[in-house]
Amino acid sequence: MHEMSLAEGMLQLVEETARREQAQRVKTIVLEIGQLSSVETSALEFCFAAVAAGGLADGARLVIVDVPGAGRCLSCGRTVAMESLFGVCPDCGSHRLQATAGTEMRVREMEIE
Amino acid sequence: MCTVCGCGEGETRIDGVAHVHEDGTVHSHTHEHGHDHAHGSGGDLDFGAGPAHAHVPGLSQSRMVRIEQDILAKNNTYAAENRRYFDERGIFVLNLVSGPGSGKTTLLVKTIELLRDRVAIAVVEGDQQTSNDAECIRATGVPALQINTGKGCHLDGHMVGHALEHLKPADGSLFLIENVGNLVCPAAFDLGEHHKVAILSVTEGEDKPLKYPDMFRAADVMLLNKCDLLPHLDFDADLAEANARRVNPDLTVFRVSAARGEGMSAWADWVAAGLAAQGARRAESVDALKARIAELERQLAAR
Repeated sequence: MHEMSLAEGMLQLVEETARREQAQRVKTIVLEIGQLSSVETSALEFCFAAVAAGGLADGARLVIVDVPGAGRCLSCGRTVAMESLFGVCPDCGSHRLQATAGTEMRVREMEIE
Repeated sequence: MCTVCGCGEGETRIDGVAHVHEDGTVHSHTHEHGHDHAHGSGGDLDFGAGPAHAHVPGLSQSRMVRIEQDILAKNNTYAAENRRYFDERGIFVLNLVSGPGSGKTTLLVKTIELLRDRVAIAVVEGDQQTSNDAECIRATGVPALQINTGKGCHLDGHMVGHALEHLKPADGSLFLIENVGNLVCPAAFDLGEHHKVAILSVTEGEDKPLKYPDMFRAADVMLLNKCDLLPHLDFDADLAEANARRVNPDLTVFRVSAARGEGMSAWADWVAAGLAAQGARRAESVDALKARIAELERQLAAR
C-alpha cells in the first residue's frame, strides 16, 4: 500500500534531478532495493508508472538492483547472509540476528537525455 | 496531497480542515503520452535532434546522472526537523503502531491517566476517517489533534510537522502519536519520534511478529496487551515474545492489560524514565551553550 508513497518520493527525487540537469526526458532509473526492505518491487513499478505519467519520467524504465540481506549474529559475532528479517545463524544456531545490510531503498542513478 | 505521501492525495485533513500543499501539485494519473520522440519528419531517425544537436557514432545523446539518495529522503528530512524541534525543547515522543483493534486508544487513555499529574501531554491521532479517537483523548483533559489521512495508510513526517504547529507541545512534555492502525506501512515512515512502540494483543496470533517483521524490527518496545484474557485463550505469550525477538533481538517487552491496569505501572515508569533522560540531555546542551556563551563573553571582555 505504501508503495504509492515511495513512488511519489522517488518521482520527486528523479524530477528534481532531471530539471536541474535540464533533461528532456528520463529514460532509465536505477534503484537499489534491499532484500530486507519493506518494499514490494512489482507494486513499486506499477505505482511509479502511474505517478510518473505526463511528466519528465513518463515511461522511464526501472532497473532494480537487488541488494542481498546480511546480518550480524549477536551470539557469535559472525556476519551471515539473511533472506528474511528473522533467521538462524548457520554457525551457532542462534536466532539473535540483527540485519545490517539489505534494508536500503535508494535511487542510485538515472539515464537522461 | 502530501509531497511525501502519495496515497493520501488531497484527502489528508487535520481535524476537519483540508490540507493544501504549497506546491499545489496534482497528479491526474492519466496515461496520455504528450512528449515528442525526436523523430525526423517522414518517420526518419534524426540523431541530430537531441540537445547536443550532433551525433557522434557510439556516443549516445543520453547520459547517466548519479543520485544516490534514499527514496524516503524527503520524509526523513521532515522527520529530522521534527526531531530537532523535540530535542531542543526536551519533548519525549513515542509513535504507537499496531494493527487495528489491538487496544491502542484504550492504552493511550490509561497511560495518560497514569502520567498526566506528573507531566504535560499532547496527542496526535491518525486515522483514515472520523475524529472519534481524538475525542476519547480529549475526554481525559489532554489536548489532542486528529489527522485524517483519507486514503492514506500511514502518518508521515510532514503531517506531524503540521500537527506541531497546531498543538504547540510544552517544553519538557510527553508527545504521543497514535499512528493509523496498520502493521505494514507506518514501519517505513520516520515521524521524528524517539521510539516506535508496537502493540500486539493476545487475541491476535503469536506469529504476528514473523508475519509483519518490518514493524517489529522498527519498534524499540513491544506492549503485549489484553494479558488479562490469557486464561481464556490458547495464546502462548512466551512464544509471541520469542518470535518478536527473532525479528528484533533488542526489543523491550511489557506485558500489560490496559483495561485492567496490570503491568501498566512498569510501562508508565519506562515512559517517565525516557522523559527524564530527554530532559537531562536538553539540560546538558543548555549548560554546554551557557558555558560557551560565558567563554565567548570572557574572550570579548579580554579584548
